[in-house]
Amino acid sequence: MTKGYIHSIESFGSVDGPGIRFLIFLQGCPMRCQFCHNPDSWAVSKQQEMTAEELLDKAERFRSYWGDKGGITVSGGEALLQIDFLLELFTKAHERGINTCLDTSAQPFRRHGEWFDKFEALMQVTDTILLDIKHIRDDEHRKITCCSNQNILDCARYLSDIRKPVWIRHVLVPSITDKDEYLHELADFLSTLQNIERIDVLPYHTLGIFKYEKLGIPYPLDGVEPPTKERIENAKTILGAK
Amino acid sequence: MRTEWRGFNGTKWQNEVNVRDFIQHNYTSYDGDESFLAGPTQATDTLWSKLKELQKEERAKGGVLDMETEVVSSLTSYGAAYIDEKSKDLEKVVGLQTDKPLKRAFMPYGGIKMAEQACTTYGYQPSEKLHEIFHTYVKTHNDGVFDAYTAEMKHVRHNHILTGLPDTYGRGRIVGDYRRVALYGIDFLIAEKKKDLDNMGEREMSDEVIRLREEVAMQIKALKGLKEMAAIYGFDISNPAQNAREAVQWLYFGYLGAVKTQNGAAMSVGRVSTFLDIYFTRDMAEGTLTEADAQELIDHLVMKFRMVKFARIPSYNELFSGDPVWATLEVAGMGQDGRSMVTKNDFRFLHTLENMGPSPEPNLTVLYSSRLPKAFKKYAAMISVKTSSIQYENDDVMRPVWGDDYSICCCVSATQTGKEMQFFGARANLAKCLTYAISGGVDSKTREQVGPAYRAIEGDVVTYDEFMPKFMDMMEWLAAVYVKTLNLIHYMHDKYFYEAAEMALIDTDVRRTFATGIAGFSHVVDSISAIKYAKVNIIRDETGFPLEFKTEGDFPRYGNDDDRADEIAVWLLKTFVNMIKKHHTYRNSEPTTSILTITSNVVYGKYTSNMPDGRKAGTPLAPGANPSYGAEQNGLLASLNSVAKLPYEYALDGISNTQTISPSALGQNDEERANTLVGVLDGYFNQGSHHLNVNVFGVDKLKDAMEHPEKEEYQNFTIRVSGYAVKFIDLTREQQLDVIARQAHERL
Repeated sequence: MTKGYIHSIESFGSVDGPGIRFLIFLQGCPMRCQFCHNPDSWAVSKQQEMTAEELLDKAERFRSYWGDKGGITVSGGEALLQIDFLLELFTKAHERGINTCLDTSAQPFRRHGEWFDKFEALMQVTDTILLDIKHIRDDEHRKITCCSNQNILDCARYLSDIRKPVWIRHVLVPSITDKDEYLHELADFLSTLQNIERIDVLPYHTLGIFKYEKLGIPYPLDGVEPPTKERIENAKTILGAK
Repeated sequence: MRTEWRGFNGTKWQNEVNVRDFIQHNYTSYDGDESFLAGPTQATDTLWSKLKELQKEERAKGGVLDMETEVVSSLTSYGAAYIDEKSKDLEKVVGLQTDKPLKRAFMPYGGIKMAEQACTTYGYQPSEKLHEIFHTYVKTHNDGVFDAYTAEMKHVRHNHILTGLPDTYGRGRIVGDYRRVALYGIDFLIAEKKKDLDNMGEREMSDEVIRLREEVAMQIKALKGLKEMAAIYGFDISNPAQNAREAVQWLYFGYLGAVKTQNGAAMSVGRVSTFLDIYFTRDMAEGTLTEADAQELIDHLVMKFRMVKFARIPSYNELFSGDPVWATLEVAGMGQDGRSMVTKNDFRFLHTLENMGPSPEPNLTVLYSSRLPKAFKKYAAMISVKTSSIQYENDDVMRPVWGDDYSICCCVSATQTGKEMQFFGARANLAKCLTYAISGGVDSKTREQVGPAYRAIEGDVVTYDEFMPKFMDMMEWLAAVYVKTLNLIHYMHDKYFYEAAEMALIDTDVRRTFATGIAGFSHVVDSISAIKYAKVNIIRDETGFPLEFKTEGDFPRYGNDDDRADEIAVWLLKTFVNMIKKHHTYRNSEPTTSILTITSNVVYGKYTSNMPDGRKAGTPLAPGANPSYGAEQNGLLASLNSVAKLPYEYALDGISNTQTISPSALGQNDEERANTLVGVLDGYFNQGSHHLNVNVFGVDKLKDAMEHPEKEEYQNFTIRVSGYAVKFIDLTREQQLDVIARQAHERL
């Protein structure tokens, strides 16, 4: 039995997949996004270990709230770093009739080898994917996350090929992602995909700064303000978000 | 059949008073959406604007617009009065408590000192004549209570371990079945009461029978008084209402009689929505009423409920902040036969919050079941998202106990309409009781020996094994003195401040409940958990008094869906109510208990010392059955699950839970937010929980409203607190800060 390294859980999520959802945040992330509001989830540490059964038992206590759409959403950190655990968790969730949703940056995605076999198996037991695209341009993506976006965009294409329902999430950071040309490029890319159910624009916020202070990490976006209402609306219009 | 009853079905209700039977035979349930609703008419806009001006003036004058100083309020002490004499023809529903809108009546029977203090607080001086009469010749409820109080009762009261007792004000919580006035007319009701009077006392003339005969005679007088009161406004309510407008007016006269004669802590309207819809539907079928007319009638009726005022003293306002009257009014619910009782009128009542904006009164309550029509659930949720002005109570747990014609008689407590009354009992502060168990009955603030001088905990650590028997003993003592005190209070209330106008609209053979209450619930649960699962060190002051606690180690807290803590919560409730039940209760009433504190959690907290769960002396207790501040670590639903475990059957007086959810945590737009809220309500209530107050706003809005109460947008900014709603800007700053401190459920 695989154990998962859990960052935290939250009983009530309403914007993290269809309906009301139980949220599981896994520990560990390969990216270092400048606007990350959960830097305490970066390190792959063993703060809290739980088995899939334990997590699902806990989640099921909230079943009465889920209705016909809700279920569990696994987020991070980067959940795919624990793909073995994730596969077990979602498989067992489906055995219990629980709707599954994966919130991922897709950074670990690659189309080969054992890892891809596992990912394909995972997709069999995943109902919805929330795919975070941090930046459409590779060079900018590297700057703000320390990683390339090529395999991420490839993942988006793969998910389109298998027609897996996807919600796109895009964090709007003034001066970094919030430029019309970037937004148009992203919109163009998204229009090539066949499986996008929803596009969410997530306005950058500064509520995570205290965590940086606590962890003693310098805050990379010091001085950057949250986007204005106008810019949020602009991004939503360009990306076709509701 | 009488002509007023043309087209109505069923026979039982025609021969005897049985409003439920009438409703069940005649209502038309409605499964559709809100698209049929009409906006405010010009008359509504005009009257509401006038009323808003008056409310503004009232606030500018420090919370009271005008007060009576010459006349004792009665059914007929005033002539006809209107919102505005010039526009009186616009008022589709008429009748005010006094001779001017928002003017507060003089009601001395609860206690003359309080009635006078209420006046002088706001710069009014009651006349010499009234002073003389009520100090020299007339005895009040308050006089009676203090004549009879024992030294112990005065002592517990003074030390605030029993608080908010209805010994200085009207007890309220009695809901007359105001619908009877509309359905039967007063003459029929008098005839029925006369029959009752004739049928008692032939065999024996015991104290009970004598008292009841006197009470029924007073009820008959009150019914005659209601007729006179209506006549002053030009209406003859001897006979049943003939149409929708009359039905609304007759019903309102019944309620007006109650608020002219009683200043009870809660003056609920009851479950009137489905009943009135029957008249609306008939008039529409006859072609005499349009949807705009129907909505106008409901808007005008609700406007009247928004105007009910009582003169209060500062200590009362501290307990029950924001000038509430608990004009609680219910909509929805399911019938015993499985039909939804949602009618178009249930939509119309909620729609008043759109037509006239948010408002704390009437205290609109949705009797919720997951089986209610989808469209209605969503509409109610949408109104919550927009106005934060409604509360939800679980019809699926109340219906088995109270049937399908109950009303809410205070903030959250159910009562069978027209068949029941309640002896309101305020609260026992169990948090304080817990500290007494450790200190041996000595109060930390006054250092008086308040409880029995049982042996205190003498070591440096509070151990579970030593603590629990002591806590049980202290609770047994508290339950006993609590019941005795309430028995005495209600004896005197019946004697000196009997609610004749309300009881006249309730069956003579009335069922009585005896409603005790618990304050400090979550802090007791968490403190016991700390004692059980962590190490609670006692820090003593120089006299050796256990003044503070240092708790080492982690312990489960109520509010996280953690059975270890939640089992303590269930145990506490069951244990306390069983202790209450050991004692004789006045007039053989049925003892119940509640976990609800209204806004009094702030005052109760002031008098409660440090506790093992980490709560600091003087800070507010968590309200009602809410988990303690900061205890909830797993989000809203985990918190709800904990509260849902409390068995309603043991707290039939209600389990109040207030939650504030940030709009962004519910969804990205109002449509999504409403859908999510319906999911939360379904999930919470399907687990057998009782009540939920829902607020939808962020902390930023509260902070801004506190700093800028003058902004137009905040004039009617309504928030739900434990069991009722208030205008946020009417709360004391202390209470505003308390509301803000309670962490709203939002997520990064």
